[in-house]
Amino acid sequence: MSMFNTDRRSLLKGGATMLAAAATMSSDQLLGYAKAWAQTSQWKPEPGAKINLLRWKRFVEAEDVAFMKIVDAFQKANNVTINVSNESYDDIQPKASVAANTGQGLDMVWGLYSLPFLFPSKCVDVTDVADYLGKKCGGWADSGKAYGMLNGKWIGIPVAATGGLVNYRVAAMEKAGHKEFPKDLAGFADLVKGMNKNGTPAGMALGHASGDANGWLHWALWAHGGKLIDKDNKVVVNSPETAKSLEYVKGLYDNFVPGTASWNDSSNNKAFLAGQLHLTVNGISIYVTAKKENPQIAEDMNHAHLPAGLDGKTRELHLGFPILIFSFSKYPQACKAFTAFMLEQDQFNPWIEAAQGYLSHFLLDYDKNPVWTADPKTTPYRSVAQTASTPAGEAQMSENAAAAIADFVVVDMYANYCTGREDVKTAMASAERAAKRIFR
Amino acid sequence: MSTVQTSMPAQAVAAGEPSFWSRLSGNRNWAAFWFMLPTAAFLILFLAYPLGLGVWMSFTDERIGRAGAFIGIENYQWLWDDSIFWLSVFNTLFYTLIASAIKFAIGLYLALLLNRHMPFKAIIRSIVLIPFIVPTVLSAIAFWWIYDSQFSIISWSLIKLGVIHSNINFLGDSDWARASVIFANVWRGVPFVAITLLAGLQTVSPSLYEAATLDGATSWQRFRFITYPLLTPIIAVVMTFSVLFTFTDFQLIWALTRGGPVNATHLMATLSYQRGIISGRLGEGAAIATAMIPFLVAAIAISWFGMQRRKWQQGSNND
Repeated sequence: MSMFNTDRRSLLKGGATMLAAAATMSSDQLLGYAKAWAQTSQWKPEPGAKINLLRWKRFVEAEDVAFMKIVDAFQKANNVTINVSNESYDDIQPKASVAANTGQGLDMVWGLYSLPFLFPSKCVDVTDVADYLGKKCGGWADSGKAYGMLNGKWIGIPVAATGGLVNYRVAAMEKAGHKEFPKDLAGFADLVKGMNKNGTPAGMALGHASGDANGWLHWALWAHGGKLIDKDNKVVVNSPETAKSLEYVKGLYDNFVPGTASWNDSSNNKAFLAGQLHLTVNGISIYVTAKKENPQIAEDMNHAHLPAGLDGKTRELHLGFPILIFSFSKYPQACKAFTAFMLEQDQFNPWIEAAQGYLSHFLLDYDKNPVWTADPKTTPYRSVAQTASTPAGEAQMSENAAAAIADFVVVDMYANYCTGREDVKTAMASAERAAKRIFR
Repeated sequence: MSTVQTSMPAQAVAAGEPSFWSRLSGNRNWAAFWFMLPTAAFLILFLAYPLGLGVWMSFTDERIGRAGAFIGIENYQWLWDDSIFWLSVFNTLFYTLIASAIKFAIGLYLALLLNRHMPFKAIIRSIVLIPFIVPTVLSAIAFWWIYDSQFSIISWSLIKLGVIHSNINFLGDSDWARASVIFANVWRGVPFVAITLLAGLQTVSPSLYEAATLDGATSWQRFRFITYPLLTPIIAVVMTFSVLFTFTDFQLIWALTRGGPVNATHLMATLSYQRGIISGRLGEGAAIATAMIPFLVAAIAISWFGMQRRKWQQGSNND
């Protein structure tokens, strides 16, 4: 995923034109609907409420436009004001933390990963919103619960996730002797090997790429039964399972295009779009750009989930986006009403369409959104929530788990071994120590 | 202006003469205190306080947005047997020493060249400054493309020339990555050294060179016994700054490698940022930043020590 990077101008340009098609409701219709919704809603916004909402900076312009349309309709229908400010991924957490600490400035934050778990006592209990949405929209995926619930209470609503899935060139895969995308670890390794032999190599980031490298390497760890921490936050990374996954990743790395140890989040996008890379793990952004700028590549590429682990289950690390309401907000009802409103089918579906596959849902009913079937190549991103795991794995999502991601504990372990800087034992011991430092 | 001696008043008070206040208002030291106060307040507020706060933070488990509790030297204990931390210390020293030495050599050479009479002197001198003027992040992004593992212009050119057959792994291989970031830092830092040394060279009186030439001194002797001794104080200042800038470098590394590959280019500053801000553990980040202070103090002490010595200032045989 190059979502942590600025290099996505093409994606932004492409987005705007899609908007017209994506938005099924005109703003008047939306307003009328919003008014009707407000009348029946169980949350009555405080009169004259003024909400300060902070969200991550958009990557698809059309997504942002659609989001602001929802905001606008809600404002008019309920006679409230919502100030939306945007911050880049890295800056959301510090700003939200400061607001939580000082008790002012923001009412709602739409952030990533662990945000509500940084200050659970400062988050409004939104169990009623979650129950309402769950009942109405087919229930929450397990990963959604993991991103939103603490001790049986919802402290945030997981709005959507950005999936990191396999992007591959179809012809290159077939030439390597695979008619279909492999579903098991051995097949996947064989594919990567075969592609390298044909001079159409694969490549996935082993550098400090917050999204890309963390994503596929956590998959590799989990697929072999390895874990950074167990259910009780005990560090258990130093294990035979982890050792197996290290060997597996080394096997892949030896067949990668050279230079993946230096890759950041946009490197694979660039290389793939230039036709030098034929398989990688990424969000849907490569495909969206290719459709605009390089139709031959878009024609010849497809997406797939990473293969299942040794136990037959697929677990991937996708980037969840939970929204939270601060307990010191003077307008909790308005905030709750807005949260519920934006996740209602009539708002959420056009919005997700505008995001062109970049955002996947946690509410199961939204599988029916036509955006996932209109272009079969986006279909794999539909089930992102089903395979998603939080960075904490089996443990309760926590600040520490997010810190381990930010500190590249798992990424460094694989990179240390793959580049030959450390042997298996040392690499695991270093990671164990680094994790213990965080989970102390 | 009448001056009241501060050592006198004991008697004066006994005599019941000028009041404490009138003595005070006439005191020059007292007035000086008030004149210094704004500057002192500024320095304390914006330098001493943040520094003290940073050091204090390194003894707490503070996280972003949340006050921490005092935990003594726990952060340092963890750093003590943290291989990544020690790697970053090594990287920082390696980076600073090599880059500063090269910057000095090239900067001095360039300054000597620019000091000659030549056509378009002013234009050439300003061109030399360009790398220094370009914002670091912009030049870092340019270098990032130059060093790209797939699209490097260097790799491309060499392949087209038939010198090599596959792309050079500039930022993906530890040694290459270290060399690459040092090269980028040198490119950026040379103008500062060159232009400052050039300014120093221009203060050397031409008559000294004339006299030396009349005495039959070779150009090496003129450099060794005139230019170099007279330039020493400037060199000490320039290199102190250069070392400090290099030691605390952040932007270039962060934009180019984020400390990778496998932490081979993680400097103490970038590691401090990664741990303190990105991971949100201010206490630990502050501990890494505080660990930089002894090195910086040492660098400053060396140049201070040097600058105060006449030997450094005026040549070797002049103790």
